[in-house]
Amino acid sequence: MKQALATVVQEICKKYDFDKQRMMDIVLGVQGRFGCISVEAMDLIAEMVGSHRVEVESVVTFYSFLSLKPQGKVVIRLCDDIVDWMKGYDAVADAMSKALGITMGETTSDGAITLTKTPCIGMSDQAPAALVNDVVVTNLSPERAQDLIHNLRRHLDPQQLVTTVGDGNHSHPLIRSMVRNNIRRRGPVHFADFEAGQALKATLAMDPEAVIATIRASRLRGRGGAGFATGLKWELCRNTPSDRRYVLCNADEGEPGTFKDRVLLTECAAQVFEGMTIAGYAIGADTGIVYLRGEYAYLRPYLEQVLEERRANGLLGRQIQGHPSFHFDIRIQMGAGAYVCGEETALISSCEGHRGDPKNRPPFPPQCGYLDRPTIVNNVESFSAAARIMLKGAPWFEAIGSERTTGTKLLSVSGDCRKPGVYEVPFGISAREVLELAEADNPGAVLIGGPCRQMLGPDRFSGRICYDDLATGGAFIIFNRARNKLAIAERYLDFFIDESCGHCTPCRVGLQLLKNLVHKVVTGAGEPSDLAEMRRLSNIIIQTSRCGLGQAAPNPVLGALENFSALYTDLVSERSPGLLSTFDLSRAVVDAELRVGRQSKYV
Amino acid sequence: MKHIEFTIDGKTMTAKPGQTILKAAEAHGVYIPHLCAYKDLIPHGSCRVCSVRCNGRIQAACVQTVSEGMIVENDTPEIHEFRKAILDMLFVEGNHFCMFCEKSGQCELQALAYRFGITAPQFPLLEPERELDMSHPDVYLDHNRCILCGRCVRVSQDLDNKNCFQFVGRGHRKRLKVNGEALAETDLRVTDAVVASCPVGALMKKRVGYAIPIGERHFDQQPIGHAIEEKNS
Repeated sequence: MKQALATVVQEICKKYDFDKQRMMDIVLGVQGRFGCISVEAMDLIAEMVGSHRVEVESVVTFYSFLSLKPQGKVVIRLCDDIVDWMKGYDAVADAMSKALGITMGETTSDGAITLTKTPCIGMSDQAPAALVNDVVVTNLSPERAQDLIHNLRRHLDPQQLVTTVGDGNHSHPLIRSMVRNNIRRRGPVHFADFEAGQALKATLAMDPEAVIATIRASRLRGRGGAGFATGLKWELCRNTPSDRRYVLCNADEGEPGTFKDRVLLTECAAQVFEGMTIAGYAIGADTGIVYLRGEYAYLRPYLEQVLEERRANGLLGRQIQGHPSFHFDIRIQMGAGAYVCGEETALISSCEGHRGDPKNRPPFPPQCGYLDRPTIVNNVESFSAAARIMLKGAPWFEAIGSERTTGTKLLSVSGDCRKPGVYEVPFGISAREVLELAEADNPGAVLIGGPCRQMLGPDRFSGRICYDDLATGGAFIIFNRARNKLAIAERYLDFFIDESCGHCTPCRVGLQLLKNLVHKVVTGAGEPSDLAEMRRLSNIIIQTSRCGLGQAAPNPVLGALENFSALYTDLVSERSPGLLSTFDLSRAVVDAELRVGRQSKYV
Repeated sequence: MKHIEFTIDGKTMTAKPGQTILKAAEAHGVYIPHLCAYKDLIPHGSCRVCSVRCNGRIQAACVQTVSEGMIVENDTPEIHEFRKAILDMLFVEGNHFCMFCEKSGQCELQALAYRFGITAPQFPLLEPERELDMSHPDVYLDHNRCILCGRCVRVSQDLDNKNCFQFVGRGHRKRLKVNGEALAETDLRVTDAVVASCPVGALMKKRVGYAIPIGERHFDQQPIGHAIEEKNS
């Protein structure tokens, strides 16, 4: 067995040239073969790539999908995102637990099936959903969950769970998935016809500076949500002297409630890859990397084939479309379950084979990014838009949208509505219009941009989706009036606590303290001063955290405090001075009682 | 070499190109409290104690480089409140008992607490369960006191040319781990630079505890930052 392990680890390390920068691929490969990355495997990997066990362990323990301990042959990761929870997560989880005879986090005694939970897997439009190894199962009910377990027990082959396939490319032999696109509104930028190579042809007819000028003139801004001017980012990168530059595509779509990149990659992969190639030409890069979130591993074989086709057609590789000096290729880097890797510098760390810790900024990636070279990191949707801009021209693009935010936005609409799915809408559309399009059910609140933004009440529904008003990376989660907004805020806070990288103090510790305060208030033990303290602590965390995660994490709580303040104020009351409302005497003496073996008669 | 002009709390100063706010301030006798920053190691930017307001935004002074005309706010009530809160977070996150800790009087976290007038934590204690690694003959590692500043990780790599430490896990489960099952399995030697680099009582030499009498310990003499501020007087 030991010999077998050594042989296989060697084989996997060799596949990646014993390069420790490919640590993610190596550990994913080892886990794929052995179900975990054991201490022995870590020692072998460290030895072979010239690293140390603790360095390997540091990477492995960072990502939720990697495990030091053996897991079941099949791992079920039930999505416990808010939307799944609203659509019946508890009952589904219960049904699975019962059918398997284990609780969440355990493995069946025969070592066959592990049941665990995971944050948003990008299926909010067909929730509750789960990953069964790499296979996605959607629209779960307790009955379907029972059937699923029953069938799985029989064959232990997740792929056999797919009995009906979704629309569009989901029937492609390399995808074969029950996932549905749910494209509800097709706009001109992403979902219009696209012939591979045409945008690139238009691009290569210009010099790189002119390409950047076109993107600048289109006023395209980053579609991940932050809204940095794409053309400016490319220009900064191009102007940084270096022997190499890199194009990174952020397909780590982890913001809860966002799934539009999933649809783009399923239906418009060629357009996305073409956008990356255009960027490569513009900035002077020869390598592109798609950082694909582990949850979308089911798309990988198909995406690899699209890349292969492009190579065969002279759209990737050397001398692209006959251009004598333009060479560019793309590889896919798999993630392994870490929300923070959607932060661009964390994504770079992960691509380099490290923990997905964000990096200190400055320097910014266009100056010093992947392998310390100038790098652009753009969202999937930004690359898709860039390809269309090169095809149709900047004036065409600029004419769409609102005056200050050009183009269209893909919204991932989910929650309490009749028509969840992807909507390509012009910027400037109001939240109310989107609610109407989606046939929202008695909406009491909407979370535009996901939990990193604040939840808005009906008084803000007239707000417009654009960078000057309601900025969004794509999530549009609808909550009806009956939903418990405080419970939602608390759950989102839990999500951020779990997904924090733990590097900086305010995010790592401050969020736990904030959670304890919120819990105190929600359970009725709070005082008015606690609400002020929640605001103060939130501000400290937002101001002093190192990256966007910590700077956004208090937003669910702050949003509830700002926009639904009565909900909290109703829960708090003044206490007698000198009493600590959270102190529970009977609980405090439990430990002592256990030790002395008798119960106190006074508490 | 061209010098860059900037201000800290309204006072004009100069910096070398590429110099961090922290280093430039120190050169002018201005102390910016810090914990994870250590000697000339690559800054970690993790503790956030050195947070300053820099052109309107909060930045870590150990990481942020000075630029022409930059306006830095260091000694303001707001920054004071942030730093105090961050120090307090570090206290409540671990299990710190200064009264009987061997590092007392030599501990940078404790010294900063004194400097900021912290007598008791403002946040509820998190009281985590942490391990104590006594396996090594000459050095011990008490995770109760570890503040995850990463000094040992970097010193072991960059100054000792070893790799005895690294972080594992993430978020609130993040912790320091040694290269092996326990400290004794690593190639750590008591003479390594890493042993003296810990700002708190987490990585400690054995058999030398309480050697310096109270009153004569490092921070009994002068508050932390004094050596830098002295230059200014």
